[in-house]
Amino acid sequence: MTIKPGSIAIVGAAESTRIGTVPEMSQIMLHADAALNAMADAGLKPGDIDGVACTGPMMTQQIAHYLGITPSWVDGTSVGGCSFMLHVRHAAAAIHAGYCKTVLITHGESGKSRVNGTPRPAEPQSLNGQFEMPYGPFGPPTLFPIPVLRYMKKYGVTHEQLAQVAVVQREWAGKNPRAAQREPITVEDVLNSRMIAYPFRLLQCCLVTDGGGALIVTSADRAKDFPSRPAYILGTGESVETNMISQMEDFTSSRAFRVAGPTAFQAAGIRHADVDHLMIYDAFAHLPLYGLEDLGFVGRGEAKDFIWERNTAPGGKLPMNTNGGGLSYTHTGMYGMFALQESVRQVRGTAPAQVPDVEISVCHGVGGMFSASGTVILGRDRP
Amino acid sequence: MALLPGRPRPEPTPETQHFWDGARDGKLLLQRCGDTGRAYFPPRPFSPYTGTRNVEVFEASGRATLHSYVIHHRKVPGFEPPYAIAVVELEEGPRMMTNIVDCPQTPEALVLDMPLEVVFTPMDETITLPLFRPAQSGTKGA
Repeated sequence: MTIKPGSIAIVGAAESTRIGTVPEMSQIMLHADAALNAMADAGLKPGDIDGVACTGPMMTQQIAHYLGITPSWVDGTSVGGCSFMLHVRHAAAAIHAGYCKTVLITHGESGKSRVNGTPRPAEPQSLNGQFEMPYGPFGPPTLFPIPVLRYMKKYGVTHEQLAQVAVVQREWAGKNPRAAQREPITVEDVLNSRMIAYPFRLLQCCLVTDGGGALIVTSADRAKDFPSRPAYILGTGESVETNMISQMEDFTSSRAFRVAGPTAFQAAGIRHADVDHLMIYDAFAHLPLYGLEDLGFVGRGEAKDFIWERNTAPGGKLPMNTNGGGLSYTHTGMYGMFALQESVRQVRGTAPAQVPDVEISVCHGVGGMFSASGTVILGRDRP
Repeated sequence: MALLPGRPRPEPTPETQHFWDGARDGKLLLQRCGDTGRAYFPPRPFSPYTGTRNVEVFEASGRATLHSYVIHHRKVPGFEPPYAIAVVELEEGPRMMTNIVDCPQTPEALVLDMPLEVVFTPMDETITLPLFRPAQSGTKGA
């Protein structure tokens, strides 16, 4: 019982009214603010929603009750920042199976202001607590880049090439009034920015912001009843590998990426040449390189030149991370929702840095530190 | 070397107790799958390769190579920056996170694939961390 490409659609999509520094909203209100905006985008009220998905322990019931929704289907999948890609995939399956008709997926995170923010304790009895934390990791900047030197050695990647990722994404951010960082930067600026965790400097690490986002998913047969242009779900994929970055099987490639990406492409029945627009979750500067290679857009070791030669930059043949990405647009802690929002905007034709004539957008997320992955392929037209 | 106070302290569970007991006694203990003979880490009482509970604990050589690392430049409790957070590849195959000691914490000194050997570093009476140092010439490692 496979889901026919395009038979499920995103009919509502919105971010919180403000993103960046939003101390006037608690974390749960960032969820709700985005949800209300997405329902307005779709012309729906809470009573029209019968499925709810969000991340975090007990959050699904908190959000449903806060918004006044009585769901007949819920999903609390929490695999990190790509959880929303998995929510979209699971919602499509649930709608296809008849468990519900209209699903609301929400994200809110007070990552910067920490108003009712998510605590992230390292449980000393967990495997991470026993076999990683004693050696001095302190948050994602000290963990996520650990494989980078191995990748650089294997493929002869230079520091300048890794800096170029941030430079190109800042160019996209410059076109986006909502982006947190819009001033142009050079490779030299990146390499002169403060060292955080060698080999990565400040401008190669994501922002830390407040914000939210929400999506509404329903059957494509109903999609024409909604006021905004639908984004058709063509294919999806998901996987997990390990919650310990020290234990990922190959430091130069993500196994979760290699499962999620091809699964989505196969479901959608598309080829790489069909893709007009690409989002690859960029918590740190190496992620677009791994993503381009693991999803098969380029061969092994070719991503460094592909980005250096401006193929993903404005005017390039594969526009990527066109909102400015986690490096320059926003990163609340779980950026996947914002990558999905940009893919929806691009196929709707409403993005601030709109790529001409986007028919197909691929949106690829990472969760944890290479620990999970989700891919969603959206289409402007129903096949 | 002595560890600075404030470093996060691991708490063993029933499935990992043997590893920490071994480290306290100066032994780096791994486990081996009874079906495939392949070593694995972190500890668990079954094989991640085949699911068999037929596994055995054995003492690793303590020899490893430097697989990858970052050098952290911000101050955190228990560490004096800059310090490297490293992943080493043990001679038996598994990889583990650790710190590299008796070596400058610089990209020039920390060369990928350099040979290393384990050095057991006590945290307190019950917990000893397996850290690694550049392999000493003329010795066979720890």
